[in-house]
Amino acid sequence: MSNTYSLRVNGTDCEVTDSDITESLLFVLRERLGLTGTKNACTEGECSSCAVLVDGMLTCSCLVLAAAVEGQEITTVEGLSNGPEDLSVVQQAFVDNGAVQCGFCTPGLIVAVHDLLEADPAPTDTDVREALSGNLCRCTGYGRILAAVHAAAEQMRSTP
Amino acid sequence: MNRVVLPLSLQEALSTLTADPDATVLAGGTDLMVEINRGMRRPTSVLALAKVPELRRWEITPNRIHIGAGVTYTEIMTTEIAQAAPALAQAARTVGSPPIRNAGTLGGNLGTASPAGDTLPVLATLNATILLQSANGQRQLQLDEFMVGVKRTCLEPGELIIATELDRTNGGQEYLKIGPRNAMVISMAGVALVADLDTRSVRCAMGSVDAGIPRALKAEAWAAERIDWDNGAAIDPAVAQEFGQRVSTECSPIDDHRSTAAYRRHAIGVLAARALNRVCSPKRNGHV
Ligand SMILES: Cc1cc2nc3c(=O)[nH]c(=O)nc-3n(C[C@H](O)[C@H](O)[C@H](O)COP(=O)(O)OP(=O)(O)OC[C@H]3O[C@@H](n4cnc5c(N)ncnc54)[C@H](O)[C@@H]3O)c2cc1C
Repeated sequence: MSNTYSLRVNGTDCEVTDSDITESLLFVLRERLGLTGTKNACTEGECSSCAVLVDGMLTCSCLVLAAAVEGQEITTVEGLSNGPEDLSVVQQAFVDNGAVQCGFCTPGLIVAVHDLLEADPAPTDTDVREALSGNLCRCTGYGRILAAVHAAAEQMRSTP
Repeated sequence: MNRVVLPLSLQEALSTLTADPDATVLAGGTDLMVEINRGMRRPTSVLALAKVPELRRWEITPNRIHIGAGVTYTEIMTTEIAQAAPALAQAARTVGSPPIRNAGTLGGNLGTASPAGDTLPVLATLNATILLQSANGQRQLQLDEFMVGVKRTCLEPGELIIATELDRTNGGQEYLKIGPRNAMVISMAGVALVADLDTRSVRCAMGSVDAGIPRALKAEAWAAERIDWDNGAAIDPAVAQEFGQRVSTECSPIDDHRSTAAYRRHAIGVLAARALNRVCSPKRNGHV
């Protein structure tokens, strides 16, 4: 029941060997490729802390069969910035606005906000709430998350 | 076979399934992966449909809409399908969250065949035909022939759902559902309703209140006689109110972890009345 395939993650081809065919993309990212930015919580699509982009589309990686996305472009939170010294505009806005409490939901939110602002540089409050409706924050810091998204959007609009 | 197969054509998908009829069919994975992650299912081989172009297509003709099984909720909401089948787009918008709607498909909602599947009442009101295909040929079924019980379909080994065909209608369509919050909820009760100005008929179907997707045939006929079809389908609000009560008697809800039978029946009545009031709006029907 094991097989070998290659995944393209953040622009790099990664060999996955001896993987059980039932492994989710979330499991492979964390346990086989050591990319632990993507968080493992509900494993049933309810919380979006495992959100990644597959060919540019926002997806819950827990609901993706890893071996079925061979050849597709996978972007995780690690692929959205150059590390702690060089945060993306969205990440910096989360820090500056106190939108990070325990931090567990943050990577999924960062990926979802990148996806939102790519499609809509000037979202309304309702647009943001709708776009993030699948992301659960158990510290319930939604007010500051909302503020961070608007701050990031504003900065991205003013620095083309 | 012990592997994941990603066919690039429908023919390849069907021949793979003929050779390995026990292969687990994977579309968007939003139902199947939950079961796999929970250890409820352990497939030894998987047929992944994401790259089968025939299943990803849709086509809109003057009277019917053809939607491939692999078309996602996001596509239903954001393409011309939304104008051609407004209630289907309304149902799609209520499913899960953006990442769930990006992955989940119409074919997967049918394959799961849950009475809470949000698209199913809409399919029932738009006279849906479900197209199934195997290496031996094609079958065309109505929803109540396809879905034979709670999470039970008549799919045979080696057979795939390939598409759904729906009527286009002239007049208002609604899909309304009740759940504990506005996002990410499995419906506790849902109503799809169509008032067809051409045939002067009403069609109403219900979700989450029966083992299947019941139509409210008696209430439909009762309402059709009371709508003022010559005046943009105007209706007396008291008639809509009574319609709701009548609809709510044509289902058999149960108590479970999501809700009670009594609440579900009440909710169906409220939703059906609200939906009829909305579709029977002369203004909305272009009659001023
Ligand atoms: C967090 C979350 C929220 C959800 N919210 C809702 C909601 O609000 N409303 C709702 O209705 N559903 C909801 N769902 C359920 C699910 O998203 C839908 O049922 C969806 O339509 C399933 O489609 P899929 O493509 O992901 O199917 P999959 O999970 O890939 O498949 C589902 C089943 O159908 C079979 N199948 C799929 N395609 C075919 C085919 N072409 N031929 C034969 N068999 C096939 C599979 O073998 C499997 O048994 C939710 C799920 C999650 C995880």
